[in-house]
Amino acid sequence: MSKMTFTFVNVLAAGAVALLAAGAAQAQGAGTLAAVKQRGAVNCGVNTSLPGFSSPDAQGNWTGMDVDTCKAIAASVLGDAKKVKYFPLNAQQRFAALQSGEIDLLARNTTWTQTRDTSLGLNFAPVTFFDGQGFMVSKKLGVKSAKELNGATVCVQPGTTTELNLADYFRANKMDFKPVVIQELSEVEAAFFAGRCDAYTTDSSGLASTRAARAANADDYVILPELISKEPLAPAVRQGDDEWYNIVFWTVTALVEAEELGITSKNADDMKKSDNPAVKRFLGVTPGMGKNLNLAEDWAYNAVKAVGNYGEVFERNVGKATPLKLDRGVNALWTKGGLQYAMPVR
Amino acid sequence: MTDRRSGAQVAEKPKTAFWNDRDVRAVLFQILIVLGVLAAGWYLVHNTLTNLESRKIATGFSFMEREAGFSIGESLVPYSAADTYARAIWAGIINTLVISVIGIFLATILGTVVGIARLSTNWLVARIASIYVEVLRNTPLLLQLFFWYALVSEALPGVREAIRIIPDYVFLSQKGLRIPHIVANDIHGWMFALFLGGFAATLFWRRAAAKHQEATGKLRPLFWPTVGFLFGPAALVWLFAGAPLELIKPVLRGFDFQGGGTFSPEMIALLVGLVTYTSTFIAENVRAGILSVSKGQWEAARALGLPNNRSLRLIILPQALRVIIPPMTSQYLNLTKNSSLAVAIGYPDLVSILNTTINQTGQGIEGVALIMAAYLTVSLSISGFMNWYNKRIALVER
Ligand SMILES: N[C@@H](CCC(=O)N[C@@H](CS)C(=O)NCC(=O)O)C(=O)O
Repeated sequence: MSKMTFTFVNVLAAGAVALLAAGAAQAQGAGTLAAVKQRGAVNCGVNTSLPGFSSPDAQGNWTGMDVDTCKAIAASVLGDAKKVKYFPLNAQQRFAALQSGEIDLLARNTTWTQTRDTSLGLNFAPVTFFDGQGFMVSKKLGVKSAKELNGATVCVQPGTTTELNLADYFRANKMDFKPVVIQELSEVEAAFFAGRCDAYTTDSSGLASTRAARAANADDYVILPELISKEPLAPAVRQGDDEWYNIVFWTVTALVEAEELGITSKNADDMKKSDNPAVKRFLGVTPGMGKNLNLAEDWAYNAVKAVGNYGEVFERNVGKATPLKLDRGVNALWTKGGLQYAMPVR
Repeated sequence: MTDRRSGAQVAEKPKTAFWNDRDVRAVLFQILIVLGVLAAGWYLVHNTLTNLESRKIATGFSFMEREAGFSIGESLVPYSAADTYARAIWAGIINTLVISVIGIFLATILGTVVGIARLSTNWLVARIASIYVEVLRNTPLLLQLFFWYALVSEALPGVREAIRIIPDYVFLSQKGLRIPHIVANDIHGWMFALFLGGFAATLFWRRAAAKHQEATGKLRPLFWPTVGFLFGPAALVWLFAGAPLELIKPVLRGFDFQGGGTFSPEMIALLVGLVTYTSTFIAENVRAGILSVSKGQWEAARALGLPNNRSLRLIILPQALRVIIPPMTSQYLNLTKNSSLAVAIGYPDLVSILNTTINQTGQGIEGVALIMAAYLTVSLSISGFMNWYNKRIALVER
C-alpha cells in the first residue's frame, strides 16, 4: 500500500512541485555536476517495477537497463556505480520530479517525443532502447492481429504515450474501442489478467516484461505482431544545463562506442594496452576526452567497467537468457543492421 | 457621539495624533494585511511564471481549444478523440457529477435505513447494523474500492458466459451491466406531460388535505392518491395507445454486447464503494439526530395516540433533521471529493481526465487550477443548497 501514491494528491503534488520549483530551481541552475559531486550521489528517476528495465529485488538492490544507465553515469562522474539514489516514479510523476530538480536524470523507459522535448523543457540523451507499442491478448480469444480488435476493451496506463497512440491507431483504422485507464501499473495488470480487458497495450518491451513477471502462465498470452508506434526510450535531463547534458549524452554514447570498439567490462583493463588510438582515447590512456566533459580521464573506462558495454547491458537485462527473451532486433549495432550508432568519441 | 465598540455616549473625541486613534489604526492594519497577502500572492505567481518561462515550460490555457486525441471509456456527453480538451474536461465534469448525484441519493437512503436499524429494538437487526457501520467506517476507502473492483472484475463471468438477469434483455458480466434501450415513441412526450400534471395535482391534493385536517381534524388518505396522480394518467394513456414498448436488445457480437446501454464495472465498483462507505457516516448522523430528540417527545406523541411510524415522521424526524442536516452536508461534500479516487479503478472522472491532459500538455499548474475550480464550484453549490434547506427547516420561533 505504501508504494501507492494517488490521484488528487499526485496531481496536487505535481502542481506544488512545479510551484516549489520556483525557489529551488535557481539554486540548482548553478550546475547539476557540482551539485552531484557535492552530494556524492546521482539522483536517478526510475520505474517503480518493470523487470528488465528497473525493478528492486527483495534486498532493495535495483537492476535493469535503465538502472544501468544510472549506474554508468554515477561511475563516470563519481567513479563509483553504487553512488546512485533511486527515485521510483510512476508514469505521471516522472516529469514533475525532473522539472522540480528532485532528480538529476530520468532513466525510466521514457519515449522521446517532440512535445516532451519542447514544452516539458526536457533534453534527451541517445536512445537506449528502440521500441514500439504492441498489444497483448489472451490466447483464448483467438485474435491473431491488432486489426481484429474492433470493439475490444483495452487496458492502458495514463500519463504515457501509449494512451495517445492507442486512440490514434484505432482512429486511423476506423475501429472502435473502449479504454480502461487505471493509474497504477500493478492495478492495470491485475485488471487485464482478471479478464476485464480483451487487450493490454504498452511498449512491446513492457508487454514482454509484464507477461514474464506477472502472468500466472506466460504461455496463455500472445503479443500481437503489429507495432503501432515508434517508442524510442531515452534518458532525459532538464534543459538549461549543457554541461550536465553533455555528460549524460556522452556516457550513454560511450556504452555503444565500447561495443563498437570491442571493449567489455571484462577486457577493459587489458584494452588499456591496446595500440588502437580510438581505444586509447576512449579509455583515457590518451588524455583529452574527460577534460572536455569536466570529468576525470577514466570516465568512460569507469562506466564500461561498472556495467559493461551496450551489448552486455542488453543481454544481461532483457536478452535471450532472461525471462523477457528479447532479440537485439533494431537495437543491434548499425554494423549489424541495427540502429545503435555511437557518435564518435574524439 | 457614540463609541463604536461600547455604544456608550462619549462626549468628545480625545485629542490624540491620528496614528494613535483606535479606529484609524484598526482600518490601517487591515489594509496592511490585505496588501501583504496580495504582495505574497503576486510574488508567488510572478516567480513561478518567470521560472516556467526560463525553463521553457509552456503556460496558459490555450491548450483547451486543441484536439485532445485521447479516448474516454464512458461519457454521457458525446465525445470522441477528435474533440477538444475543453470538451474532454466537460465530459469528465459530467462523469463526476453523475457519480456524486447518484452516490449522494443512494447513500442518504441507505444511511437513513442503517441509522434507524441501529436503534431498532430487534437485537439482531441492531447488531448487524452496528457491525456494518463499524467495519466500513474504519477501513480506508481506497482499499474498499480495490476490493469492490477486484470483486466485480474477478468474480463475474466473461461476456460469453454473462449472467442472464432477465434473459435476452439484461446481462451481467466482466464488461458490466448491460441493459436494453427504450426506443423513443411519440407517446413518451404525452406521458411526461401527464406526469408533470399529476405532480401539480398531488401538491394541490396534499394542501387541500392539510386544510381539511386543520378544519375538521380528520385525515385524508395521502399515499395512494399521490401514486395515482403521479403515474395513473400516464399509465392509462399508455395502455389505451396499445401499450407500445419497443426495446433494443443487447446482442453479443464480437468482443462485447452491441445495442443498449452499460453500467461499467468501474462505475459499479466506485458507486458501491462510495455509497456503502458514506452511508455509515450518514447512519451515525441519523442515529445521533434521532437520539437528540428527548424521550418525552415520543411519550407525548404516544399519549396523543399517534402510531409509531407517524410519531417518527411527524414529531421526531422534523426535530431530528435540525441536528442531522449540518453534518450531512459534510458527508455529501466528502462523497463528492472522494469520487476523485476513481482513477485508482479506472472510472473516467474529472481528475482522471485532467491527469491525462496534464501529462500530454505538461501544464500541471493549469490542470490543478481547473480541478480545484471544478470541485470548489460543486462543493459550494452543495453547501449553498444544504444551507438553504437547513434554514428552511430551522426552528421557527413564534
Ligand atoms: N514509453 C512510454 C510508456 C512508459 C510507461 O510508463 N510504461 C508503463 C507500462 S510498461 C510503465 O512503465 N509503468 C510503470 C509505473 O507506472 O509504475 C512513455 O514514455 O510514455
